[in-house]
Amino acid sequence: MTRETLISLAIVLALLAIPLWATAAGETFYITLATRMAILALAAVGLNIALGLGGLVSFGHAAFFGIGGYAAGILASHAFNMEPLPFGLPGTNAMPVIWIVAIVASGLVALAIGAISLRTAGVYFIMITLAFAQMIFYFAISWPAYGGEDGLSIFVRNQFPGVNTLNGLSFFFVCFTLLIASLGLFSLLRASRFGAALQAARQNEQRLATVGIAPYRIRLAAFVISAMVTGLAGALFADLNRFVSPSMLSWHMSGELIVLIILGGVGRLAGPVAGAMLYVAFEYFLGGITERWQLFLGLLLLAVVLFARGGVVGLLAGKARHG
Amino acid sequence: MKTIIAAGIVGLAMSVSGLAFAEPVKIGMITTLSGGGAGLGIDVRDAFALAMKQANNPDVTVVTEDDAMKPEIAVQIADKMIQSDKVDILTGIIWSNLAMAVVPSATGQGIIYISPNAGPSPLAGANCNANYFNVAYQNDNFHEAMGEYANKDYKKVYILAPNYPAGKDSLTGFKRFYKGELAGEVYTQLGQTDYAAEIAQIRASGADSVFFFLPGGMGIAFTKQWAQSGVDLPLMGPAFSFSQDVLPAIGDAALGVKNSASWSPDLDNEANKAFVEAFQAEYGRLPSVYAAQSYDTANLILSAMGKAGVSDKDAFKAALKEADFASVRGSFKFNTNQHPIQNIYVREVVKEGDVLTNKIIDTAFENHEDAYAKDCKM
Amino acid sequence: MQTALLIEQILNGLQFGVMLFLMAAGLTLIFGVMGLINLAHGSLYMVGAFACATVAAATGSFWLGLVASLAAAAAAGALMEITVIRRLYERDHLDQVLATFALILVFSEGTRWIFGSIPLYLNIPPLLAGAIPLPGGSAYPLYRVAIIGVGIAVAIGLHLLITRTRLGMRIRAGESDREMIGALGVDIRTLYTVVFALGAALAGLAGAMVGALQSVQVGMGEPVLILAFVVIVIGGIGSIHGALVGALLVGLIDTLGRFLLPVALATFMGPSAAASIGASVASMLIYVFMALVLAIRPRGLFAAAG
Repeated sequence: MTRETLISLAIVLALLAIPLWATAAGETFYITLATRMAILALAAVGLNIALGLGGLVSFGHAAFFGIGGYAAGILASHAFNMEPLPFGLPGTNAMPVIWIVAIVASGLVALAIGAISLRTAGVYFIMITLAFAQMIFYFAISWPAYGGEDGLSIFVRNQFPGVNTLNGLSFFFVCFTLLIASLGLFSLLRASRFGAALQAARQNEQRLATVGIAPYRIRLAAFVISAMVTGLAGALFADLNRFVSPSMLSWHMSGELIVLIILGGVGRLAGPVAGAMLYVAFEYFLGGITERWQLFLGLLLLAVVLFARGGVVGLLAGKARHG
Repeated sequence: MKTIIAAGIVGLAMSVSGLAFAEPVKIGMITTLSGGGAGLGIDVRDAFALAMKQANNPDVTVVTEDDAMKPEIAVQIADKMIQSDKVDILTGIIWSNLAMAVVPSATGQGIIYISPNAGPSPLAGANCNANYFNVAYQNDNFHEAMGEYANKDYKKVYILAPNYPAGKDSLTGFKRFYKGELAGEVYTQLGQTDYAAEIAQIRASGADSVFFFLPGGMGIAFTKQWAQSGVDLPLMGPAFSFSQDVLPAIGDAALGVKNSASWSPDLDNEANKAFVEAFQAEYGRLPSVYAAQSYDTANLILSAMGKAGVSDKDAFKAALKEADFASVRGSFKFNTNQHPIQNIYVREVVKEGDVLTNKIIDTAFENHEDAYAKDCKM
Repeated sequence: MQTALLIEQILNGLQFGVMLFLMAAGLTLIFGVMGLINLAHGSLYMVGAFACATVAAATGSFWLGLVASLAAAAAAGALMEITVIRRLYERDHLDQVLATFALILVFSEGTRWIFGSIPLYLNIPPLLAGAIPLPGGSAYPLYRVAIIGVGIAVAIGLHLLITRTRLGMRIRAGESDREMIGALGVDIRTLYTVVFALGAALAGLAGAMVGALQSVQVGMGEPVLILAFVVIVIGGIGSIHGALVGALLVGLIDTLGRFLLPVALATFMGPSAAASIGASVASMLIYVFMALVLAIRPRGLFAAAG
């Protein structure tokens, strides 16, 4: 095992330890906090596929996070009110179905956004993904059917067969399992031929083209997979908060997802997990001390970008693996 | 309990805390203290703290946290306050969208929520809850009052609001009572700051007056640009755009604007005079309508504490429902859906010395009830 | 529909576009010369507005406030460049996005710390308070005409600066070949600081002028920033001409869309529904336009070399 693998394992175990300790100590709120960490980590693992492996700095991943959230909210509200969806389909409160819908919906939107955005590169790509996410944000605010800016409440948390999701610890394990699965997917992708081509496209596009691989399609596939994972996280986030609103789609959310990755370490397997843990803890503890916590968050971020480029995992594990 | 009004504020506090139920109560306040809407949350926090300071009741603890105007943060704080701080009562939320995120799940867990601002219609109607009390207003109320008032002088009103649920509720509320013709109806983008296009349309529409609901920076921008445009038509709106927290930023452009509210600094009753004076002495500024509502919220809780222990939830809720406190709004009762029955006044922006403030010029409704109470089955 | 109203709306669109140009020009100049993407540009706009409001309140003169806004934004920009931005030129765009995102948090909370959460007061100067008559009996506020004038003057000024002066020559050299300009003995660090401060001053000027129309509050720069991004993406990043054309197009499309769409929809649906749906569609119009431009020209209308 390399040092980074060991550290990744330690980070994931640390996340697992929080709710177990909280249950033993009777501090049930820390379970909620750990669940939040796991879900944000999952969203960031998704973004890390595009950003870390593909070098695609998407500043609009909040769009997919929000679409996943709305998939959960809309299906649950139709199930709760016993109203059929268009085409006579029923709503549902079964998590597996909601997840599939969230993944498919995010993937389709990502296909459309990616198809246009990936024609460009660099700064253009950053700004276009941002602008598309804004477009969806404004649409969600002004679209009256599902609460607009007021958002949509999920009155009872959705169900997973055989698990009591109303129990905080059980719901944490559901989220944690999906996080582990996404980390597995990330490792598989990174080690696969597809991952190699994707990383090659980031480093040297011409070389890839000469061996007959079109970087556009590889990137588009990565972008869509990335959006699907983030969309799944959005569905879980809606269930954690029992609420969805356009703020899940805002550009601050996109920024936060990037921040999680940078705090943890770009392209690192456990980087998003470390970043999410650090970010949530920082927001919670510093937010309890001062209303000006965003100022200190800003200073911390600056320090990480300027002086600790590998993020937390980089500090612990040394030089980055990727080029 | 009527004697407490004459006894003044200190006396009020003493009479409440002097009663038999010395059971500790923990109140969680979730409000907006950072970000764009912080001015409102700070008024709510400060007025609440003022009431608590005056009551000097050792059995009350208040924990306050900043929601940064983000629904997911508000939910997280609510979870923490319920699970970790073990609060009995939650209060403080300013915005409807945050209230919709927090209130259904909190009241579902048996926590009492008392709203010092924001009254989204679902919580007043079909989804009302015995654990939810609204001390402020139902969202439509101020707009309805302006619609009623407009009937007096105007026949062709142009109406304008941002394109989001509260904006649509606003124009619906206005139209519910306004009987004249509409010169036009426009929805602007949320957060829009330039209204030149809309003002040009109003000028061309032949309207005899304008009703608008544009909270926060949007209202400041609109009112200034309106004054600069030289269009000479009367402006009306709910109090949110002309409350004490935004008037200084608008400046003289706001002078003469008619706006509706359940409260005004010059409202003539003892509790209000004492409140305005104490607030100014403590914080060096005039209180806003949000401060008045929050002050009432605190005194409502204190009054219930004098009648019942919070561990007996049903007795405590019954005590809250009696609303036996000296409201700074004068007459105040709860309707069947636990939303206020109160007067709504029309105020005008005036200048007193160098300070812009509001004066009551008319009463639009006496003992007004909201339109959703009939849908509430409790 | 009356012609006078249409003329007035076109003027409104132009004025909005000109204001966007002041923001976009600074962004695109900084990108063109240094290859840097600066999210904190909106913070400089806010600094300009706050400086203008503070000085105008203290001295009673809007004009002194305007001078102060230029100075404060340029100083804040120079400070930003020297302490943080300078370290980012060699980094990838990801680091630049993050660092400048962090700067937004620092500037917003810092400003709130100093000035509080309540918006500041700033009004237009009495000299520009009137309105000028338009054909058809309507009138247009003089102050907005003045904004259009300032925007045109800045556009011409930037054009002359870049094509006619030594500084402009260095800027053009810096855009095409960074090593060569160093070899020519130009002090590249000072050049970058000057360009950054110039872009910042333009943002500050826009903030001050717009602050008098709108409200001076924390976070006021963020919506404008995103629109400015749309503008420079449409125009072609790095191109001042592109920024001008993009800004005017965005200003006109947004204003006329908001005005005409509800009218058009009202021909086949109720006025309330038309107002609401028209507003929803109008808010997405510029993004749709941007997608169309990029589908045809992926590097914008006036693609620069950078």
